[in-house]
Amino acid sequence: MDIVNEILEREQKKSDKYKPITVEKHLELEFDLGSLLASDTNDLDIKTLKTNKDSYLLALTRDNAQLLLNKVWELPTERIEEAIVVRLPQPTTILPRAKPVPVPKPLTKWQEFAKAKGINKKKKDKLQWDEQLQKWVPLYGFKKTAAEKEKNWLIEVPQNLDPMTDMYEKKAGEKSEKVAKNELQRLKNLARAKKVKIPRVGLPVTSDKASATQLSTAASVAKASTASLGKFQDKLPKEKEARGKGVHELIPGKERKRKAPIPTPAAEKEYNLNLLDNILSKRPKIDMDKAVAKSINEEEVKRSHEKKNMKPGLGKRKTQGKGNATNFSAKKPKAGKGKRAPNKKSTGRKRR
Amino acid sequence: MKVLSEDRTRILFEKLTKYIGVNVKLLIDRPDGTYCFREKKDRVYYISEKLLHLAQTVKPDNLVSAGTCFGKFTKTNKFRLHITALTYISPYAPFKVWVKPSAEQQFLYGHHIIKSGLGRITENTPKHQGVVVLTMSDIPIGFGVASRTTAECRHADPLATIVFHQADVGEYIRSEDTLT
Repeated sequence: MDIVNEILEREQKKSDKYKPITVEKHLELEFDLGSLLASDTNDLDIKTLKTNKDSYLLALTRDNAQLLLNKVWELPTERIEEAIVVRLPQPTTILPRAKPVPVPKPLTKWQEFAKAKGINKKKKDKLQWDEQLQKWVPLYGFKKTAAEKEKNWLIEVPQNLDPMTDMYEKKAGEKSEKVAKNELQRLKNLARAKKVKIPRVGLPVTSDKASATQLSTAASVAKASTASLGKFQDKLPKEKEARGKGVHELIPGKERKRKAPIPTPAAEKEYNLNLLDNILSKRPKIDMDKAVAKSINEEEVKRSHEKKNMKPGLGKRKTQGKGNATNFSAKKPKAGKGKRAPNKKSTGRKRR
Repeated sequence: MKVLSEDRTRILFEKLTKYIGVNVKLLIDRPDGTYCFREKKDRVYYISEKLLHLAQTVKPDNLVSAGTCFGKFTKTNKFRLHITALTYISPYAPFKVWVKPSAEQQFLYGHHIIKSGLGRITENTPKHQGVVVLTMSDIPIGFGVASRTTAECRHADPLATIVFHQADVGEYIRSEDTLT
């Protein structure tokens, strides 16, 4: 009996060290177990708050924490690797945003155009069937250059170029130009998005002061921005026109001060004819579009001819138009009545 | 009257070849004397040598124009062909478009030619080729740019434009103060 009493007393003392688990409150607390939050809306005891603040608040905090943990223990427990674990539910309190709402990025020039026209992106596969090589060729990435090299093992020099031009070099040059242009446009889009002002010609001003060339370029461009393209703008006595890439196009109407000697009529005529020859030689002799159009035209004429042959007696015969005109209101007369070689007399079999 | 610079002569000839093609040679090299191009105040004039000699006797400030004005150079150095060049261009044009009498008035008011107004068109006209517009009785009334090839014209619907208006004879009345 004594031993039992002793054990009970020992237990009693132990439990006296700790404060009770159950806590009495006037109002129930609100719990948000997902974020381990307990909200106590009970009034504070002003008297005890004034007299011994710290101990009162400590006792209050301990009671509330006890209640929160009681609630946590009520949830189903699990055992993962010798640790008792409780899965918390989803938090119910809505926390405010840490960062401001993201502003939608302004569309690039192409995106705006595509939106206006209703153009959608078409997904392209990596491999594309190439008719010439008769195999699947990657459009980008691994083995793309090898396939392209195989395809362009030979590049013909077209008629209107110097026969000694290196076509591979030319192709590489064009590609690098395209890449540079793309980069420039990307930077312009970026500048437009960030609302950074960029000059029309030349590099933008990086330091706080513009250089002399930048200033002279800006002045020249501004001067030429009148209706008469700067012809009647005053100029300082020693002011020089800006020179640089792209400035020349914005200042049109640059006239040469030196007067060319007036040529004699014969010399002028010769000069004009030479110049004309030069221009005409630069035009392509075999105009692809024209050739295609011509072949299409011939096919159509043949088809219409066959159609007419199938329907006899339809359509009146009107007089043929002058020259090569297609008269939309007349029928084409039948061809093939002439002889192939009128002077040929032999009618024998062709000897092979 | 100034001689055209090389740049400008090139631009002029290129524009002319768009309408007449190879026959520009016949404009310079004529049987009845050499003709040349002179420039005054950005306007290009087509004059014979004899007339040019006579024109040079006049003080340059007092001379308004000499010969026929073919067109003018714009501020950005592009050449615009005026209707005043029609008499010289129409005989040499390889590609012509004939217009029905019902659509003539529309063209003369400055509108484009639509398929329903098209009478005839020369065979194998390439796309965007400079053409001379004529009435059905072969009187030139202006020039334009073909918007479709002859084959495409056949399949176009009746309200589609087939010739873009460039210049017409009605401009003599509409823009008489700017033509010289």
